[in-house]
Amino acid sequence: MIWKWKGGVHPWDGKAISKEKPIKIFRPAGDAVYPLSQHIGAPAVPIVKKGDPVLVGQKIAEASGFVSAPIYSAVSGTVRTIEPRMTAMGSLVESVVIENDGMFTEVEYPEAEPWEQLDRKEIIARIQEAGVVGMGGATFPTHVKLSPKEPDKIRYVIVNGAECEPYLTSDYRRMLEQPERLIRGLNIMVSLFPNATGIISIEDNKPEAIKKMRELTAGEEKIEVKALPTRYPQGAERQMIYASTGRKMNADMLPADAGCIVDNVDTVGAIYDAVAEREPLIARIVTITGNGVANPQNYLTPIGTNTRELIEEAGGLLGNPEKIISGGPMMGTAMFDLDVPICKGSSAVLCFQKDEVSAVKPGNCINCGRCVSVCPSRLLPVKLAQFAAHGDKQSFQEYYGLDCCECGSCTYICPAKRHLAQAIKSMRKDILADRKKKS
Amino acid sequence: MSELLHISSEPHVRDARTTQSIMRDVLIALLPAALFGVWNFGLHALLLIVVCMVTCVATEGLYQHFMHQPVTVTDGSALVTGLLLAMNLPSGFPAGLAVLGSVFAILIVKQIFGGLGQNIMNPALAARCFLMISFAGRMTTFEKVDAVTGATPLAMLKNGAVSDVNIGRMFLGTIGGTIGETSALCLLIGAAYLLARKVISPRIPFAYLITFSVFVLLFGGHGFDVAYLAAELCGGGLMLGAFFMATDYVTSPVTPNGRILFGVILGLLTGLFRIFGASAEGVSYAIIFSNLLVPLIEKITVPKRFGEGAQKV
Repeated sequence: MIWKWKGGVHPWDGKAISKEKPIKIFRPAGDAVYPLSQHIGAPAVPIVKKGDPVLVGQKIAEASGFVSAPIYSAVSGTVRTIEPRMTAMGSLVESVVIENDGMFTEVEYPEAEPWEQLDRKEIIARIQEAGVVGMGGATFPTHVKLSPKEPDKIRYVIVNGAECEPYLTSDYRRMLEQPERLIRGLNIMVSLFPNATGIISIEDNKPEAIKKMRELTAGEEKIEVKALPTRYPQGAERQMIYASTGRKMNADMLPADAGCIVDNVDTVGAIYDAVAEREPLIARIVTITGNGVANPQNYLTPIGTNTRELIEEAGGLLGNPEKIISGGPMMGTAMFDLDVPICKGSSAVLCFQKDEVSAVKPGNCINCGRCVSVCPSRLLPVKLAQFAAHGDKQSFQEYYGLDCCECGSCTYICPAKRHLAQAIKSMRKDILADRKKKS
Repeated sequence: MSELLHISSEPHVRDARTTQSIMRDVLIALLPAALFGVWNFGLHALLLIVVCMVTCVATEGLYQHFMHQPVTVTDGSALVTGLLLAMNLPSGFPAGLAVLGSVFAILIVKQIFGGLGQNIMNPALAARCFLMISFAGRMTTFEKVDAVTGATPLAMLKNGAVSDVNIGRMFLGTIGGTIGETSALCLLIGAAYLLARKVISPRIPFAYLITFSVFVLLFGGHGFDVAYLAAELCGGGLMLGAFFMATDYVTSPVTPNGRILFGVILGLLTGLFRIFGASAEGVSYAIIFSNLLVPLIEKITVPKRFGEGAQKV
């Protein structure tokens, strides 16, 4: 059964540009840059120093707490320096820079015994050790997600294969080309929770992926494949959980409070690598697409790769693009500098010849209520944006402004082209910062 | 390679619909009823439509120009106000007074409150009520259509019997009344267009018409008389009001339940005014009065957030 939530939008999905492009392995020639903070939580601490030799798969930074993740090199070479470098988010972050020798010499990975022999603690320790974080973009350390207070209460482990962001096809290619890895990863996750079953949820604009997953899970009692209606933001955590299980959660709850664990396709694959193959997270699929790049493609890209180099690999830019986005068009970040590294959460590089946003000017709100009808969190974006404009934090919270999932549907749909989500986001940030200060 | 990349906060794509395209849709939807009005009442009706639309746009443009504001007449909202006002005037109304009404709508009701999106009453209806109060005689002098008397069917219905009116003609619109209100058929065609294009949601008009129907059947004094109900629905400004003026975004609630409540209030007030009031008509007053209740309605109909009341397992 599929549960239907209210709201959502249908932006042009643009997936046709890259969905038929098989995954290509990319080996960069240039320096690899590893920001120490490419996950939610405490930054990692470097364990190499300038001049140290480094191999592929070697740990170069250690997690600095439970909510943190170690970082591994995806190239071999020498540590050139450790210094602040620009990231796609537009801020300088302390980074380990590795001079790539182009040899891609690997460390010897430890022998991997069958994972079924491992207990719960060992499995989670391996995921933690491999530096696995949510690769859908949130980059929350996966081992933390997999360690709820009461594992018995987890009923569903959901693989989020919605890929509801327009243009992105990385999860789709993973599902088509490496479905077994995904299913094994899910089996590992389900084994952590005695009362859990697995659900692979895919938007119905990916029928080939649904078919493939159904075929391969036909014999699996504990795994169900669900085809969800194509509607942005189907992949948002709360919507994903409700659509797949009928369980509702609000912003004061974690998925575990609803008895669910949700992880993105690529993350589940990384879990398999970490537990069954004992390989750390060193690469991810990046969709490079849009009308501003010569040869759109899905690349298996080493983490740390320079974005400019990746664009060159895809034939370079086309027609002086006005906007280049790290991630999808709905929630991705516009970049002003292409010399930034691909990180664990970088799902796509999207190049637009024309920038739709600067082409339109915001006008007066006409109170049409479209933002209200599309808000998946059932909020009143028009009111929240007004409260934000007036700095009225109290009303903002009374109208559940903190429940906003920042999906951007309100801004997308607004006929007056007002920057609703942006105003709401800044206000949320302010309020959350206030709370942190107080506590 | 250009390195002057655009930076803006996400999302980076936008829906094609704009304020302008919405206003264009409303104008298209009003077209059948407006053209019918011209056919029904003659060229003076066309003159009034042109005068109101031109005056509204000019007033808005001049005001914004002299107030050093960006001139936004291209959004089409002033055209909609002008057309709606004209459609709410009797066909023999003096053009000079139509100019006055248009200036009132744009200057007093809309711009002084802050322009598009800020007015608390529907500008066209507020102007109609202003003209009604100031020039009651002129506003209620309806020209004869064919051989029918000047009184509108609704006025005849008020004191007479259902058999006094021709429901078929009321539906088609070959009756007396204001320029744009007479043809229920043309208005419904326009309404269907707005609903199909999702310019308006059915909540307000349906809640309005259903509530009004129930009220009329209960208190109209004709019992369960379908013919009487049909005459009340087709008569006066109800169809025009329900689909084109009660649904004005700016002056109606933004919340889904608020829209239903707004429609219910409109239905009750219209019924009350028509049946128990002194005048046969009550749509305009019902709408502008309810416009004032919108902030209150929105306050008590804030939707429940997603997952409200969900229990931790």
